[in-house]
Amino acid sequence: MRAYRSSSSVVVAGKYIALGFYVAFALFPLYWLLKIAVTPDKLIFTDGTSLVPSGFTFENFSTVLVQTDFLAYFRNSLVVSLGTAAITTCIAAAAGYAFSRFDFRGKRLVIAVMLITQMFPLLMIIAPIYKIVAYVGLLNSLTSLIIVYTAFNIPFATFLMQSFFDGIPKDLEEAGMIDGCTRFTALRKIILPLTLPGLAATLGFIFTAAWSELLFALMLINSNDTMTFPVGLLTFVSKFSVDWGQMMAAGVLALVPSCLFFIFIQRYLVQGLTSGAVKG
Amino acid sequence: MARIELQTISKAYGSVEVMRDINLTIEDGEFIVLVGPSGCGKSTLLRMIAGLEPITGGEFRIDGKRMNEVPPRDRDMAMVFQSYALYPHMDVARNMGFSLEIRKSATEERVSKVEAAAKTLGLTDLTKRLPKALSGGQRQRVAMGRAIVRDPSAFLFDEPLSNLDAALRVEMRLEIARLHQRLAATMIYVTHDQVEALTLADRIVVLNAGDIQQVGTPLELYERPANKFVAQFIGSPTMNILSVEQSGRGVQLKDGTVLQLTNGSDKSSARELGVRPEHLNVVTPEKAHLSGVAELVEHLGSDTNIHAKVPGVGQVLVRQHGHFPLKAGEPVDIALDLEKAHLFDADGRRLAA
Repeated sequence: MRAYRSSSSVVVAGKYIALGFYVAFALFPLYWLLKIAVTPDKLIFTDGTSLVPSGFTFENFSTVLVQTDFLAYFRNSLVVSLGTAAITTCIAAAAGYAFSRFDFRGKRLVIAVMLITQMFPLLMIIAPIYKIVAYVGLLNSLTSLIIVYTAFNIPFATFLMQSFFDGIPKDLEEAGMIDGCTRFTALRKIILPLTLPGLAATLGFIFTAAWSELLFALMLINSNDTMTFPVGLLTFVSKFSVDWGQMMAAGVLALVPSCLFFIFIQRYLVQGLTSGAVKG
Repeated sequence: MARIELQTISKAYGSVEVMRDINLTIEDGEFIVLVGPSGCGKSTLLRMIAGLEPITGGEFRIDGKRMNEVPPRDRDMAMVFQSYALYPHMDVARNMGFSLEIRKSATEERVSKVEAAAKTLGLTDLTKRLPKALSGGQRQRVAMGRAIVRDPSAFLFDEPLSNLDAALRVEMRLEIARLHQRLAATMIYVTHDQVEALTLADRIVVLNAGDIQQVGTPLELYERPANKFVAQFIGSPTMNILSVEQSGRGVQLKDGTVLQLTNGSDKSSARELGVRPEHLNVVTPEKAHLSGVAELVEHLGSDTNIHAKVPGVGQVLVRQHGHFPLKAGEPVDIALDLEKAHLFDADGRRLAA
């Protein structure tokens, strides 16, 4: 008994060590970002790799906010990410519901095609996308980014939403329909409230994906007015030097909306809302 | 209140026909139980009546009006699902009042109806709870309450008790019977449990593989089963089936025993003899039709089930009332109550008495 207990406590300790190691590994880059951002410019190189900065300043932040176009990039990114997340989630929710609940001709084909679109490296289709966007005259516009991001994220978001709908028993809608709902009322009053965690997860996922996308933004946007944040970050890299402190400060600021967004939606991410609906 | 008619109803999925030529008239206020083994189509039939499953052939009428294409919400039927299907994000009161909420009835009316239903079902203290905070039996009650509140023209039950434990099942069965007495509404009830069927039904519809085998009162099915399937499905333990052939005015068992059946039916086509375990008796050797050895004796208190092996005839189950002092391995002599025996032809049809 005693041997068993000591071995199990070793296992527990081992688990915590492994977890701790993983957390440190995952969070270290973030810590480094923060550390460089608050280190005064002249100390960045003299400090080298010491873990704690020998000086402390908010100057980088104020420079970024006041002297650069950071706020404009920020606003552009917000528009693109929120727009993409909202449009994608609406379309994906509708498509996911259809895939989950209805059988229709060509359903398997549509699913197969959607899967295939996910198999190509993005680099392969950059040139055609550029040509198309240029042809319709949407270069240098945020609209083009929203459209492209939406198109690329819909398949994955649809599968995600479908799996959430699959998790809601069909009986609930049927009970609703017998209780006097049309299929749409049943969807709105019964299924939708239960899918909120799914919608929140999809929104969050697409928002982060659009927020950090660089490749297409770099290709389709040239003018300073419409640059999104990841492209804007590159302006801190000049021909002869990199303005590390300001770049990291901008990076820290860019994390804020993602964090806020997840704090806002995390209560919907809590699972277990559907428990008690039907006998398990 | 509703009179429900099914006329040559059929159901097909693509080219696969799963039900054919279903004819049934359910009178106003009648309690009908659809019973059969799993996969026999009883739930599909109920879902067609509810409007959740399209009807592919025939006509379905409520009070004489064709209803095939009418959506479920306009059929004025309430349904209790096997899974209960309670709305997880609504409390008990809102679950029960949801149909009235959708139909935009006045709040006071809704509240009073929900309160009345909650009181009948003993749910008054639970109305503010969410379904996940309820036990299985309480969820079942809420599902019933949701149906009662609507005051529908017919109630549909899809195996409502199959998720409950044995004691609760008996209790809820009584409750459903009481509900039917009180409301006198048309009820259609699906189950695979013959005890539920026999205790609740005014009439039972026995289904097998998409066909109606027999429609009748519980006693009719027990005493005059239309065929071997019904004979074996209704009654517990299952009816003994013994191979026979005609012999003069009676029939002969495989071991040569001749039974002088008193009923006057033509026995030339008889292939099998069916006798219920309760119509067999352990007797003294001189009165016996069959002699064998008790292989297994089950003492149930109220009854004793004796599984006997009779050489040349096969396995026979005898049910004796009360405690019967017999041990496995002991010889046993059995008499058949020939007046209550049934003869079946090669197709399993019962030969009329």
